[in-house]
Amino acid sequence: NTIHIFHHLMDQTTKASGRAGPEHDEEFVDILEERRRSSDLGHALRTFNPHPYRGAPPCSTADLNKAVLESQYLRYVIAMETGSSEEDVREEARGILEEMSQNLQLRFIRLMGYTLTKVFKRLFTGIFVNMEGLATLQQAIQEAPVILMPNHRSYVDFLVISYILFTYDIPVPVIAAGIPLAGMKMVGEILRRSGAFFIRRAIGSDKLYWAVLSEYVKTIVRKGYAPMEFYVEGLRSRTLKSVTPKLGMMHMVLEPYFKSEVFDITLVPVSISYDRVLEESLLAHELLGVPKPKESTAGLLKAGKVLQEDYGTMHVNFGRPLSVRQLCQGKINRCQYNSAPRSKNLPQKPTEEAQACVSWLAHLMVRIQDEGSVISPWSLMACLLLQAPMAVLAEEGLPWERLAERTLWLRRLALDCGAGLNWPGQTPDSDVMSSAVALHRSVVYRRAGRVYLLQQEEPARKRPISPEEAVMRIATAVLMLASYRNQSLHVFARPALLATALHITKSTQRDELFACFCFLQDVFSYEFILVPGELSQDFEEACVLLEKCGAVHISQQEVTLSDMGLEALSFLRALIQPFIDSYQVMFRYLSEEGDPVLTEKQLVPAVRNRATKLILSGELRTYEALSSDTLKNALSALQRLEAVTKLRT
Amino acid sequence: MENVVQRLLKCSTSTFFQLHIVNCTGLGEEGVKAAVATSRLERGKLRRRTRAAVETGVGHREPGPRTRRCPQIAFCPAFCDPDSLPPRVGWIAAGALASIPTPAAHGSAPSIHKHGSSMASNSSSSGGSDRQRIAQQRLRIIAGHLQRPAGDDSALLAAECKDQGSKSDASSEEKTVPRRRQEIMKWNGWGYSDSRFLFNKKGQAEFTGKRYKLSGMIIPGLKEWFEGTFGANLQHKSPATPILNSSAVRPPTLNEAFVEELKSTGVPFSHDAEDRVFRAYGHCVHEIFALREGRIGRVPDLVVWPNCHNDVVKIVELACKHNVCLIPYGGGTSVSSALECPSEETRSIVSLDTSQMNRILWIDEKNLTAHVEAGIVGQDLERLLNESGYCTGHEPDSMEFSSLGGWVATRASGMKKNIYGNIEDLVVHIKMVTPRGVIEKSCQGPRMSTGPDVHHFILGSEGTLGVVTEVTMKIRPMPEYQKYGSVVFPNFEQGVACLREVAKQRCAPASIRLMDNEQFKFGHALKPQVSSIFTSFLDGLKKIYITKFKGFDPNRLCVATLLFEGNREKVLQHEKQVYDIAAKFGGLAAGEDNGQRGYMLTFVIAYLRDLGMDYYVMGESFETSVPWDRVLDICQNVKARIVHECKERGVQFTPLSTCRVTQTYDAGACVYFYFGFNYRGLSDPVHVYEQVEHAAREEILANGGSLSHHHGVGKLRKEWMSETVSNVGIGMLKSVKDYVDPNNIFGNRNLF
Repeated sequence: NTIHIFHHLMDQTTKASGRAGPEHDEEFVDILEERRRSSDLGHALRTFNPHPYRGAPPCSTADLNKAVLESQYLRYVIAMETGSSEEDVREEARGILEEMSQNLQLRFIRLMGYTLTKVFKRLFTGIFVNMEGLATLQQAIQEAPVILMPNHRSYVDFLVISYILFTYDIPVPVIAAGIPLAGMKMVGEILRRSGAFFIRRAIGSDKLYWAVLSEYVKTIVRKGYAPMEFYVEGLRSRTLKSVTPKLGMMHMVLEPYFKSEVFDITLVPVSISYDRVLEESLLAHELLGVPKPKESTAGLLKAGKVLQEDYGTMHVNFGRPLSVRQLCQGKINRCQYNSAPRSKNLPQKPTEEAQACVSWLAHLMVRIQDEGSVISPWSLMACLLLQAPMAVLAEEGLPWERLAERTLWLRRLALDCGAGLNWPGQTPDSDVMSSAVALHRSVVYRRAGRVYLLQQEEPARKRPISPEEAVMRIATAVLMLASYRNQSLHVFARPALLATALHITKSTQRDELFACFCFLQDVFSYEFILVPGELSQDFEEACVLLEKCGAVHISQQEVTLSDMGLEALSFLRALIQPFIDSYQVMFRYLSEEGDPVLTEKQLVPAVRNRATKLILSGELRTYEALSSDTLKNALSALQRLEAVTKLRT
Repeated sequence: MENVVQRLLKCSTSTFFQLHIVNCTGLGEEGVKAAVATSRLERGKLRRRTRAAVETGVGHREPGPRTRRCPQIAFCPAFCDPDSLPPRVGWIAAGALASIPTPAAHGSAPSIHKHGSSMASNSSSSGGSDRQRIAQQRLRIIAGHLQRPAGDDSALLAAECKDQGSKSDASSEEKTVPRRRQEIMKWNGWGYSDSRFLFNKKGQAEFTGKRYKLSGMIIPGLKEWFEGTFGANLQHKSPATPILNSSAVRPPTLNEAFVEELKSTGVPFSHDAEDRVFRAYGHCVHEIFALREGRIGRVPDLVVWPNCHNDVVKIVELACKHNVCLIPYGGGTSVSSALECPSEETRSIVSLDTSQMNRILWIDEKNLTAHVEAGIVGQDLERLLNESGYCTGHEPDSMEFSSLGGWVATRASGMKKNIYGNIEDLVVHIKMVTPRGVIEKSCQGPRMSTGPDVHHFILGSEGTLGVVTEVTMKIRPMPEYQKYGSVVFPNFEQGVACLREVAKQRCAPASIRLMDNEQFKFGHALKPQVSSIFTSFLDGLKKIYITKFKGFDPNRLCVATLLFEGNREKVLQHEKQVYDIAAKFGGLAAGEDNGQRGYMLTFVIAYLRDLGMDYYVMGESFETSVPWDRVLDICQNVKARIVHECKERGVQFTPLSTCRVTQTYDAGACVYFYFGFNYRGLSDPVHVYEQVEHAAREEILANGGSLSHHHGVGKLRKEWMSETVSNVGIGMLKSVKDYVDPNNIFGNRNLF
C-alpha cells in the first residue's frame, strides 16, 4: 500500500515538476522578464488581491499573538512552571513571543518586492517559475492550511517565495527563520514585517520556549493565518546537497492534523535550484574550517561586490500540493489523542507511530524537493571534473573535447535516471557547456582547449605557500566543485550505491546485493537522504535504473553486469568513492587514536590534518575528506551505528 | 355538572383547535409539540376557569351512560388501601383514549368518556360533607386535567390482558398504530401515507394531508433551495415503485410446530407478505432506497402481536422450545440496520411486534411514576399522560412513531432531556422477557447500590437479550408555560461558545440547539407562504437589521433555537438569563417564530428525505456525542470529510453537509450531521452513500466523537464496537448474552 501511494506520489510529482524533456523549459516562466519590461515601482505598488484560506476568518497579527498567549495549552504550561511566580512566567512567555513573532505587513512586502526586484535583476539572468505549480498552489491555499517547504541553498531563497507569491496574488507566507537574522539591524525588523518569525537555535530543554514556539506554529496552522514556510532541512545546506531533515518543526506543523484540529494540511515542497550560488566560496571556506561570518547588516552591505557578478538563472519549482490526510492514511491513528484533553498534551511524548510518520513525511519532502530540483549542465560537468585527479586538473588541465563528450554521455545517463535537466534545447550543446564554464570562472577556467581548476590567488603573499596551504587552496576549489556535483547527486545516488555493491560483493545474487546496498545506505545515511523504511523500494528503483541505462540485466534472483554498462558503472562508483575514502580516513583515525575519548571540537581539525598529510603523501585522492561536513556526517553515522557514543559533559 | 364541564371543555377545546387552524399550528411530531405547547397555554386558562366553575359549587357529578366502549383500566396498587382516600385518580383509560387520534388530525375535540364508578360508591360512605369535599377535590383534579374522562374516579382492576380475537380488531382500528401499519403508513418512506412533500404543477413545494402544521401549505422557498443546494432539477424524477409487489417477497419459512402452538395461545399473528415486509426494515437510506426500487431482501417469516406481558412470555417460551429466531419490533424507526434480518439466519424469523402493548397500566401520582406497556409510541404516551396533567417529557425526534420499548433498547434521548433526562434517567423499573425468564427488580427504589445496575444490561441491548414488556417511568406535571425562542450568532464558533457557557452555568433550557449556517438556510427555505405583506415586511426588516445593521455575514451566521418550559415567571427569568449569556457571545434574540420553525424542521426532515429521493437526492442524518473542546473541530472535520469523500467518489454536485449541536451536557454535546447529495449519474448511489457515511463515522471517531449518542449500534456500526468499548467490554456483553440467550433466540445480531 505504501509502495503504491509512494509511486502514485512520485508519478504526480514527476508530472508536476515536469522534469526531463525538452518541454520542460516551456513550463517555466521567467518572472524577471516582465520586471525588465515594466516599472519596478509599479510592481511594488500593484494591487495585491490574494484569495486567502476559506476555512477561517482572517485574523490580525495581534489577534494571533493574543490567541497564542491565551491558549489553554500555554496557560497550562505556565501554571506548571515552578520556580518563579505565574505572573513572571507569563511575562517571560510574552517576551519570548515578542522576540519570535512575525508582523507581516503589506507595506513591507511592497518594500521587499521593490528591493528584491532590483537585486534579482542584477544577480540573475532569469528566475524561472513553474506557473502550473503556482496555479495549484493558489487553489490549495484556499482549501487547507498550506505549508511551503523549500530547500535552502542560499540566503537569496529566503524571500524569493514571498516575492513570487506577491507577484501572483497569492497570500504571502510567514517564514520560520533562525534568530541570528532577527539580530541584524533594520534588516531583522524588515524581515519580521515581511513575515519572518524567529526561532532560537539551541532551545534544549527550555520547556517554556518550546511551548510558546509550538503553540505559535500550531495556532498559525490551525487558523490558516497564512501559508507557513519553513526549511525542513533546518538550515542552509553548506554543500548544496540535501540534509537529513529536522523533525521538530515538522512535528509541530503536523500536530494540528494528528489531533484533528484541522481537516487537512497541505504540504507544498518547493525546489529552488541555482546555476551558481552566491555563497559558493564562503561555503567552501566554511567547510574547511574558516568560521562563517556572523549575520550582520554591515556584512550584508559589504557583500555588495558579490552583486556585481552573474549568477545565471534560478529555478523555483512549486511541487504538487500534498494532502497530509492522504499521506498519513494508515500511518496515524488519530484516535490515540482522544482520551486526553486537547490543551494538556504536554507531558505526553509523541508516540513512536507519530514520530515515525513525521520522519517519513519529512524525508519524503526532501526527496520530492530533490526530484523537483533542476539540474544544470554545470552540475554534470562537475561530476566528471571531480573524477579526475585533482592535482592533474589543477596543473595540467583536462582536454575540453573529452570533457564535452563525457558530459553529453552523462546527460544521457542522467535523463535515463529521471533527472530534471535544464539543458537549453535551442542552443548548440557546445555553447551550453562553454557558457556553463564561463559562468563558473570562479572554479574553473578554460585555456587552449583544456579546462583547469582555478586556485585562488591570495593577494600580497609575504612568504611562499606551504604544501598544506597549497592543499587548502585546491581544496577550496574542489569543495566548490563538489557542491555543484552534489546538486545532481540525488539522481545517481541509488544506482551508484548498487554499482558499489556490485563491485564490493562481486555477486549477482539479489539478496546479497540488497544486504550490501542496505549496509552502504546505513553508513552513508547522512550523505544520501533516502526515505526511511523504503530501502527495498530504493533497491528496486536502483535495479530498474541500472537496467534502463543498459548496465545490468535483471532477473527474479539475479542482477548481472552487462558489457555495455561498464562506463556507467565505473562512473557511478567513482561518484561515491570520495565518500568512501573520506569516511575511511575518519574510521582509521578513530581506530588508531589511542585516547578513547575525544572532543568534537578537536576531532574535526585532527582528522583534517591527517587527511592533509595523506593527500600530500599521495595516499588519499579526495580533497573532500577535508570538508567538515563530510567528517561530521561520518561521525553521526558512526554514532547512529553505535560505533561511537556521544558523552554529554 | 358533567354537562357543564363537558360543554365547557368541548367549547374550549374546539376554541383551541380553531386557534390552531388560524395559527397554522399543525401536527406531526413537531406539530404535536406545537399543539401541546399552545394547548398548555390554553389549558392553563381553562384550568383556571374550570376551577372557578367547580368551586362555585357545581361539583356534583351524575353517573351517565358510557359514550364509548369502556376501557380496560389498570390501577395503582398503592391506591387499593381501603383506608386511604379514594385514589387521586391513579388510572388512565388506555383503550378508549388511545383511540383518539392526534387532535389536529381529528379536527375536532375528543369527546369525554364516562366510566364505571364502583369505587366511587364504595368510598362514598363517609357522609355528606366529607363526600362533598372529596367530590370537589376529585373534580378539581378532573377539571385540572381537562381531557381526562370526567365520569369516573374509580379504579378497576386491570384486565390481565386485553381482549383478543375478533372483538379487539374493532378497537385496534382506532389506535395510532394499528396492527396493519400499512393502513396508515407508507411502506417505502417515512410516516403517514397521507402526509408527504411534493412539487405541484406550478413547481411549488407543498405538504399534503392534515396532520401537521405544515400540512396543506405551500412552501415557496423550497424549490429554489432544493435545486440550488443539490443541483437537482424537477424535470429529473426518480419515482418510487408505487405498490408493494407481494410476489417479490419470498414465501415464509415457517416453523410449523411453533405456528401450531402459537395458534393455541390465541396471540394474533400473520404471515401476510405486507405485514412481514413492514417489519423487515428501519429507515436507513439503503433500506428505504431498496424498498423504493421494489427490492425486498430477507423479511421475517411471521409477525406476532402480543397484547400483554404474558403473551410475550408465551411467545418467547415457544420460540425457545422450537428454536425460532425472534426479532422485537417497536416503532420501526431504527436507523442502524437493527431490524434487518441477518442474512445468515436459517431459522424461521418471527417479528415480535409490541405495538399492541400500548396501555398505561397505572399512574402513581404520589411517586410521580407511570407503569406503561413498552409498545406504546411516544405520541400516545405523551397524549395520554397529558390528559391526566402529566408528561414524561421524553421527546425524541421520532416520538410520533418510536416506542417506549425501543427507547429503552437503544438508550434513547429526548429533545427536552435537560429538564427530564434521557431514557436511562427516566426509567425506574423495567420488565424484560428473556429466554432465561423475566428480569426485573424487586422494588421501585429511586436508586440502588446493588452491584452493577442490571437495567444497564437492558438499556441499549437492542433486542439481543429479550423483549422489554413493561416500564415504570418517571412522570412530571405538565409545565404550565412553554416558550420558544431563538438567537442568531455571527458565526458557528460563537454559537458553540455560548452553548458551552450555558452548559457550564447549568442553565440550559428544556431544549437548546445550534444550527449551522447551512441549516439556518434550510430552515428558512421551509418557511411556509406568508399571506400577510406585513409579516414579509417584518421578515425583511429583521434580515436587514441582522445583516446590515449588525454586520452579520449571511453566509456565516447561525441560529440557536430554544424551548423554555415551566412556571411562567421562571421561564421568563430563565429566558433572560440565557439571552444575557447569548449576548456575551454576540448573539441577538431572533424571535419565537424562528425557534419554533427550527423544531419543526426536526419533524418534517424525514418526510423531506422522501421528496429528495423522488428527484435523485439521497440523504441521511447521523449523530455523535463529543467533549466540548472538540465540538468545533468535529463539526468542521466531519462536514469537510463528507464533501471530500463525495468528490472522491464521483458525486458531481457538492453535497449538503451540515450539522447542529442538539444537546448540551456538563462535559460535552450531542452533534447531528445531515448529509444529502444528488446521485444522478451514479451507478450505485447507495454504495457511494454507505462509503461516505462510513468515512464520516471514521472521522467522527478520529475526532474523539462517540460511536453513537442515541441511535444505537445495530448492525450498521457493529464493526467499531470493540474499539469503542474495548475487547474486554465486548467480552462482558457477550457473556451476558451467552447466559441470557444461549441459543441466540433473539438473533437480530445487533451490537456485536
